[in-house]
Amino acid sequence: MKIVLKLATALSLASIGLPAAAALNIFACEPEWGALAQELGGDKVSVYSATTALQDAHRIEARPSLIARIRSADLLICSGSELEIGWLPLLLTQSGNSKIQLGASGYVEASQYVAKLEIPKIIDRALGDIHPGGNPHVHTDPRNIAKVATALEDRLAKLDPANAETYHSRGKSFLARWQAAIARWEKEAAPLRGVPIVVYHKDFSYFINWTGMREVAALEPKPGIPPTPSHLAELIDQMKNSPAKVIIYSPYNSPQAAQFLSSRAGIPAVMMPFTVGGTGEAKDLFGLFDDTIRRLLGVLK
Amino acid sequence: MFKQNAMALAVAAALSLPHEAGAQTQDQLRDLREQVKQLDKRVTDAEQAAIQASNRPAAESALNPAVSLILNGIYGNLSQDPANFKINGFVPANGEVAPPSRGLSLGESELAIAANIDHYFRGTGIFSISPENTIEVEEAYIQTLALSNGFTVKAGRFFSSVGYQNQIHAHAWDFTDAPLANKVFLGNQLSDDGLQLKWVAPTPLYFDVGVEAGRGRHFPAGPEGGRDKNGFGMSNVFTHLGGDFGTGTAWQAGISYLTTSPQGRAYDDVDSTGTPVTNSFTGNSRLWVFDGILKWAPNFNPTETYFKLQGEYFRRRENGDLSFDTAAATAGGTQRGTYASAQSGLYLQGVYQFIPMWRVGYRYDRLNAGTTNIGVVDSGALAAADFPILAAYNPTRQTVMLDWSPSEFSRVRLQAAQDKSRSDATDNQVFLQYIVSLGAHGAHKF
Repeated sequence: MKIVLKLATALSLASIGLPAAAALNIFACEPEWGALAQELGGDKVSVYSATTALQDAHRIEARPSLIARIRSADLLICSGSELEIGWLPLLLTQSGNSKIQLGASGYVEASQYVAKLEIPKIIDRALGDIHPGGNPHVHTDPRNIAKVATALEDRLAKLDPANAETYHSRGKSFLARWQAAIARWEKEAAPLRGVPIVVYHKDFSYFINWTGMREVAALEPKPGIPPTPSHLAELIDQMKNSPAKVIIYSPYNSPQAAQFLSSRAGIPAVMMPFTVGGTGEAKDLFGLFDDTIRRLLGVLK
Repeated sequence: MFKQNAMALAVAAALSLPHEAGAQTQDQLRDLREQVKQLDKRVTDAEQAAIQASNRPAAESALNPAVSLILNGIYGNLSQDPANFKINGFVPANGEVAPPSRGLSLGESELAIAANIDHYFRGTGIFSISPENTIEVEEAYIQTLALSNGFTVKAGRFFSSVGYQNQIHAHAWDFTDAPLANKVFLGNQLSDDGLQLKWVAPTPLYFDVGVEAGRGRHFPAGPEGGRDKNGFGMSNVFTHLGGDFGTGTAWQAGISYLTTSPQGRAYDDVDSTGTPVTNSFTGNSRLWVFDGILKWAPNFNPTETYFKLQGEYFRRRENGDLSFDTAAATAGGTQRGTYASAQSGLYLQGVYQFIPMWRVGYRYDRLNAGTTNIGVVDSGALAAADFPILAAYNPTRQTVMLDWSPSEFSRVRLQAAQDKSRSDATDNQVFLQYIVSLGAHGAHKF
């Protein structure tokens, strides 16, 4: 016991020198929220994103490196609406960190601040891996990001009052640039209105709702169930009768199913960045929407 | 939409203003501005209401805890009768170590209920219902949420953090049955009543240390159910290191040291004449477990493919006294002498998901009976043949499996094994099993 305590003390002391420069340690479940926290916090925060654009946030394991990071977090921001149900509860109970537990001021669930789509009327696993609280991929509508930004700005100021001024001024500046960008994107995305689209997973619902595109099919037979040959055969038939203009998938999806349908139905398949880091162009939140719209417009030409 | 209409209205109004803007038009403009402002407020309010509505829980029952039920059924084809199962060379662990029955049978059904109790504690209860219709409390514990600085305390009945596999529920195992080492050293799976204190270091490299103090309800402690004494009958100290290599490999390595002081820990055997006897051990039992796990998935995304390598090495020393024939069933009656053993065992297993939903796995088990010194044999009072189960023998087993998981909530597994646990016979086993989970979403434990 004595040795353990000594070791513990030594390690605690050793770690003080490491991330102490930043005021707030932020643990973001997904890269988009990490990017938003960075926009609002600047050099006052140190952001760790638990996942990348190449990972399916539904299917993450509570691996040791994530527990180590959440242990020292001052603030946690996740999509919520059960997106992280398989791993976040486990991380929270293993963290030994009261600051970021559900209900604490260091716990932020982005989807709580927006109106959710696709709230299931019937909740049954026969319908696939559905989310009773509604579709959790709220960040694909930039207007939702603005709402979450306001909430996150307030939370940062509350947790770190010494730097509240910075968070508010950065928040104001971000929102001004963001609203201008939304106006620009809405103009650019006007040709997308009414365009029929095939998605891989229902992870673009908010984007589709925002731009007025028309989702006609999904490659997954049911949410969370990988594409099956029989379902793809059905889609080929469906595309013959009423072809979609584009098939989209995310960097974390295998491109095979999308490319298969694309070659059979003669409809272009495009990889979307989905989140920050999903493509080389999607370096930040602005780049994410610039690139998403550019890629879609590209195939409509 | 509302917002856009309001804006359009305002713009239209502004454009339609006559050029000779007098005091009257100024007033109209002010009115219009006021109207736009009010419309804007109504839009914001409507949006807020929509957010509230979309967040409202569906029913009062939303406060109920997360409930899940695991069902599993199995078909077994074994060349040896599971009722005679034994692992030669080792003291029987009295746990549920035998393989599943021949033919069709139901496996253990498991009911799990968990929720945050308040902002201080989380509670978990996991109850297993055996196919023989008995209910067992597998785990029932509370865990702190409000401690800081990396500390958590668990209290109640829980699977001990000894080694890696021991903490994982049977339905989440990669093979139908436990490694042989877990069977002989931990009686299949060690769950005890006690306390656990764990601390996670504030370092980017995962490091934890923990201690457990338990009642000593089960093997390797004894007697079964725990001793009649104050204090505790089992202690375990453990530590883990873990982290990521590159962008796809996660690892964890751990050491644990479990100590118990069994008193009258009984087991059944036969003497050299074939008379059934009960022997019992009193002394100290110390178990070291070294565990390692490596998981690889491209970009940590296990959706398409992944590989998992898992292994544990167990080393146990027991010192004390062994009483032969405690019920005095033989002519010579009860005899008592010293007992000392040093034994070890290991398993190594790999599981590979080669396409979505499909996995293959291989496991190798080996136990080393090491040395066992029995006082009454050394003195010549009894023969080594009076302790047949303890006769030196190194059991091995090889297992292969193929499983299919159509969703995260169901799995069908085919497993074949060649089990040389018995010194006198090889058991060829084939199992076909389904495991499903109903209700709350399970945890993706590393």
